[in-house]
Amino acid sequence: MITSATQQLRASYAFVERNAYLIRRYWSWELVWLTYSIANSLSVSYIGLGIEKMGGQNIDGRQLVLYLVVGTLVWRYLSLLFYWITDMIALERWEGTIEYTLMAPIHRLTHMLGQTTFAVTYSLLFTGIILAVTVKLFQIDLSNANLVGATLVMLSGSLSFIGVGIVGSILPLLFPERGAQMTHVIIALLLLVSGVYYPVEVLPHALQQIAVVSPATYVLEGTRSALLDGLPTIQLWAFVRPALIAGAIAIPIGLWLFGLAERYAKRTGKLHRNG
Amino acid sequence: MNEIAIHVQDIYKNFHKQSSFPWPRRNGGEVSRQVVAVDNVSFDVHKGEIFGVLGPNGSGKSTLVRLIATLLLPDGGSITVFDHDVVRDPMAVQRLINRVSVEASFFKKLSPMENLSYGARLYGLNNRQARIQIREILNRLGLEASSVGKPVEEMSRGMQQKVAIARALLTHPAVLLLDEPTTGLDPRSKREVQSLVCELRDQEGTTILLTTHDMVEADTLCDRIAIMDSGRVVALETPEKLRSLVPSQNGHAPTLEDVFLELTGKKLVSEEANS
Repeated sequence: MITSATQQLRASYAFVERNAYLIRRYWSWELVWLTYSIANSLSVSYIGLGIEKMGGQNIDGRQLVLYLVVGTLVWRYLSLLFYWITDMIALERWEGTIEYTLMAPIHRLTHMLGQTTFAVTYSLLFTGIILAVTVKLFQIDLSNANLVGATLVMLSGSLSFIGVGIVGSILPLLFPERGAQMTHVIIALLLLVSGVYYPVEVLPHALQQIAVVSPATYVLEGTRSALLDGLPTIQLWAFVRPALIAGAIAIPIGLWLFGLAERYAKRTGKLHRNG
Repeated sequence: MNEIAIHVQDIYKNFHKQSSFPWPRRNGGEVSRQVVAVDNVSFDVHKGEIFGVLGPNGSGKSTLVRLIATLLLPDGGSITVFDHDVVRDPMAVQRLINRVSVEASFFKKLSPMENLSYGARLYGLNNRQARIQIREILNRLGLEASSVGKPVEEMSRGMQQKVAIARALLTHPAVLLLDEPTTGLDPRSKREVQSLVCELRDQEGTTILLTTHDMVEADTLCDRIAIMDSGRVVALETPEKLRSLVPSQNGHAPTLEDVFLELTGKKLVSEEANS
């Protein structure tokens, strides 16, 4: 019987262990995905050197490379986190196990806690490998970078992306056939407005207004300030605070919306249709 | 008087089937229609009873099971499992029940051990003890020790169904919902599953609700049978009393098929369903 908080915590580990088993069984896919991600990050980063070569005499190619490297790494981390959290439902749809999992005597918070713990761990490890390859290839000097501060900014941004991920996981819950694919629109819109590969100032005014409410904007600016400018941790609070506020708003809203969506799915019989 | 395990009172469930995109309406046609899946059904299942629900495809059997399993919300009426309401207190119900459905839903790449270990953790079982139990149950169900670590997708349909039953047994449910557990199984696997169902009731006192369109199975296993057609219970009796509703023809004792034909004017398994 699961009654206590300890037992709920134990149940949340079910999701961590299950996902670890899945990673092990789908190891070839993980290898392909890692190779793709490294190639993708390097391709984007080489644009920096490319622009210098193409005649941008006044452009500091190395600095542009660093700008793009940080953008691509932070974005890889945040999007991985988002997709693993939406996989809370999308994966179960794909495997056809959603009814079994949602019938278990656990709180949805327990379910989400387990999935989130795995998502953060996996995303940090995955991004760490890409970082190691990138640093080696571009011979990036991180001696002046504030690595602790950068990690702190990324972790604070994780909270808001957990909330966004929970909202995203509603789509495969409500749309069994195409819900998982529909989550891409959220990540694409955030990519557009958050200044991943360019400063948000180049965007039209309307999109800049949206960038203000995107937590990724603060995570990217904060991480760049920590890694490129070596900004002390205390000064990074300017970026950490809005990211934390976004998380404090996004998670409860996400949980509330998910609860409504689960109820709707149970009312309309959408749980038993596998995507 | 026997304790009531499942109390179903005037339960009603319909689904809106949307035929196309809601706009524009062509030819003034309706964009959605209502399908009544369960139509004011009432019955009690006693503790330790094997209660059969017999009916053709689309008669509402699986919807009824999903309503009891907290996977669907009713539009009217109420269901309690050992006095716990499935809508007001779903987690209490979830602790008491488990379900085996016609489709053995597993993480296909994971092994029976990994899938069952996941299930055990979800239900708050101690992992070390659960692993011992998993081997015992799978061995009892005739699964070779070498199959325990292989991906479920490499197993036959019959073996997968046995693993699904093992997963349900692992949590020692007071109420076991078996939704067409032997559909698609070969005769030998079918008999093994059927003897297990009897064993469960006799040795552990488990209350079992079994849906099937196999008349022999219902006749052999069930203490009482509810015959469903178009969402309604058209008869509810012991197998003997049900057969007595129909006079014998040409010296042959009537079967449950004859009873169904007499009560509904339809064959239990249509030729269309068989093709």
